[in-house]
Amino acid sequence: MNLKNLGLSLIILFLIIYPFLINKSNYFMTLVVMMFIFSISSMALNLLVGFGGQMSVGQAGFLSVGGYVVAILSNGSGLSFIASIILSGVITGLVGLVIGLPAIRLRGHFLAVATLGFGISIPLIALDWTSLTGGYSGLAVSKPDFASSNITLFYLFAALTVFITWLLNNIIKSKLGRAFKAIRDSEIAAQSTGINVSFYKTLMFSMSAFFTGIAGGMYGLWSGYVTPNDFSIFTSFIILAMVVVGGLASLPGSILGAVLLSILPHFTDVFVGITNIIIGIALVLIIMLRPKGLVSFFNLKINKVPKPIMEKKEAS
Amino acid sequence: MQFLVGGIILGCIYGLIALGLVLIYKTTDIVNFAHGEMAMVSTFVSFLLLTEYELPYFVAFILALLFSGILGAFIYQVIMKRIQSSPHLNQIVVTFGLFLILNGLAGLIWGNKPTGYPVAIEGSSFQVLGVYITPNEVFIVMLTIVLMLIFYLFFRFSKIGLAMRTAAQDIMASRLMGIKVTNIYMVSWIVGGMLGAIAGMMTAPITFLDTHMMLDVLIMAFAAAVLGGFVSLPGVVIGGLIIGIFGSLINFYIGPEMKVVYTFLLIIVVLYIRPQGIFGGAKEIKKV
Repeated sequence: MNLKNLGLSLIILFLIIYPFLINKSNYFMTLVVMMFIFSISSMALNLLVGFGGQMSVGQAGFLSVGGYVVAILSNGSGLSFIASIILSGVITGLVGLVIGLPAIRLRGHFLAVATLGFGISIPLIALDWTSLTGGYSGLAVSKPDFASSNITLFYLFAALTVFITWLLNNIIKSKLGRAFKAIRDSEIAAQSTGINVSFYKTLMFSMSAFFTGIAGGMYGLWSGYVTPNDFSIFTSFIILAMVVVGGLASLPGSILGAVLLSILPHFTDVFVGITNIIIGIALVLIIMLRPKGLVSFFNLKINKVPKPIMEKKEAS
Repeated sequence: MQFLVGGIILGCIYGLIALGLVLIYKTTDIVNFAHGEMAMVSTFVSFLLLTEYELPYFVAFILALLFSGILGAFIYQVIMKRIQSSPHLNQIVVTFGLFLILNGLAGLIWGNKPTGYPVAIEGSSFQVLGVYITPNEVFIVMLTIVLMLIFYLFFRFSKIGLAMRTAAQDIMASRLMGIKVTNIYMVSWIVGGMLGAIAGMMTAPITFLDTHMMLDVLIMAFAAAVLGGFVSLPGVVIGGLIIGIFGSLINFYIGPEMKVVYTFLLIIVVLYIRPQGIFGGAKEIKKV
């Protein structure tokens, strides 16, 4: 058994005993569930940014959509838990497809603004579309019977997160992942080797949205309530920060970033008003001292660091 | 017609903020997400000077500009200089970190309660062609046009402007030509910070002085910059005006809640047709 497998087993073992370590405290379970949600979101964004070389500052929009889908389905559709969480991914994936279509033509800052607009618009649309989303007051999510105790749901989400991590890891190594990396490194070279760039770019957006939507669905089920204010533009930026701070094009890095940035507020909550300052300082320091992300502290295998997404005009 | 005036004023403010953004971007290649917060901090400083020390508006204005210049220089020297050649994503995350730091600090120092802020030029409104206009609104429009022209001419004809354009194009070549590139970057951060402060002081009377006042403005300014093509200075101001007027049209005919949604829809449609923005120039063709 090599070191990597040992680490993985330890993490899984820790997740299994964790609810008992903290005496089933709801607060501490929520802390870890938020880590699951942000780990999935940042891995999904990393698929887009780190592996695919695209730009998105609107991931929070996908989280919101996923949450709302679960909330709407849970009220009277009679769908099972698994079906509703998969549907939250599928519907968010379709939304991602719509976002991916203009993204085929855009790059760099232009793509950033288009996705930024999406991330800002979703909460506003949720606020305005009262008949579907309940407007300002939000929607309650009725939890399935078997998940009435939080501990069952915790284990389910832990399993789901591990499964999605495994899935993403395999996607990256598959033909799909290689196509994404080829597009990141050079669109023209990718196109000339027979990769359908527009198809894969759209697919990339839909896949990223799909997984983020599932994370949003998990949030809805866990918190039991979704409102338009759950995921703001700040969330989008924090998820992007998780990806960059953890390490571009590295799934363990994304998880690391997600864990760090979700756990920081827990320690700074004692002092009112300094959470953002601490997070800001952490971001600036980590990027200045560790430009390749936290993952470069460990000797984990990092994929080739991608070329800058927006071409630099420096002479070489 | 009255709502058009409001749209033009907002458009000018978006344009002013976007002008600072694009100025910094054009020379240093960094998109500064902390631009709005730098402006917000400078506006708070000017408010402090106005109320605590009871300085006249003009003096407070100049001192706040000085402060914003120093803030810009400080941020460049301490942080941005070190990440100048990092990948763009790293730079974006650092400016976002700065955003959080400045916003948090301002909240700690000045609290989160919105307060009123005086306009630059007092005076009752007068009527032109059936539309009421205040002298302050005329001042904002004039200021924007003058600043845009100054920077356009500055980039076009002055020696520093030329050096800035060279640095933006090719760092190595400009170094070889004897241009001190770090100084050029420093100047951009100072001037960019000042432009932001001016925009902040123009925004505060409209939105109330508050630590979150610049967020919406920054997002709209970002949209304006992109609409204008991100490199053209007149294009940026025109982009700002388009967004301001379009926003007030939506506000008037559809409702204020969906203003941002429709604005971004407009931008996506425009970008779909012209991916390089309206004034972005010819599309770059990448050599293999």
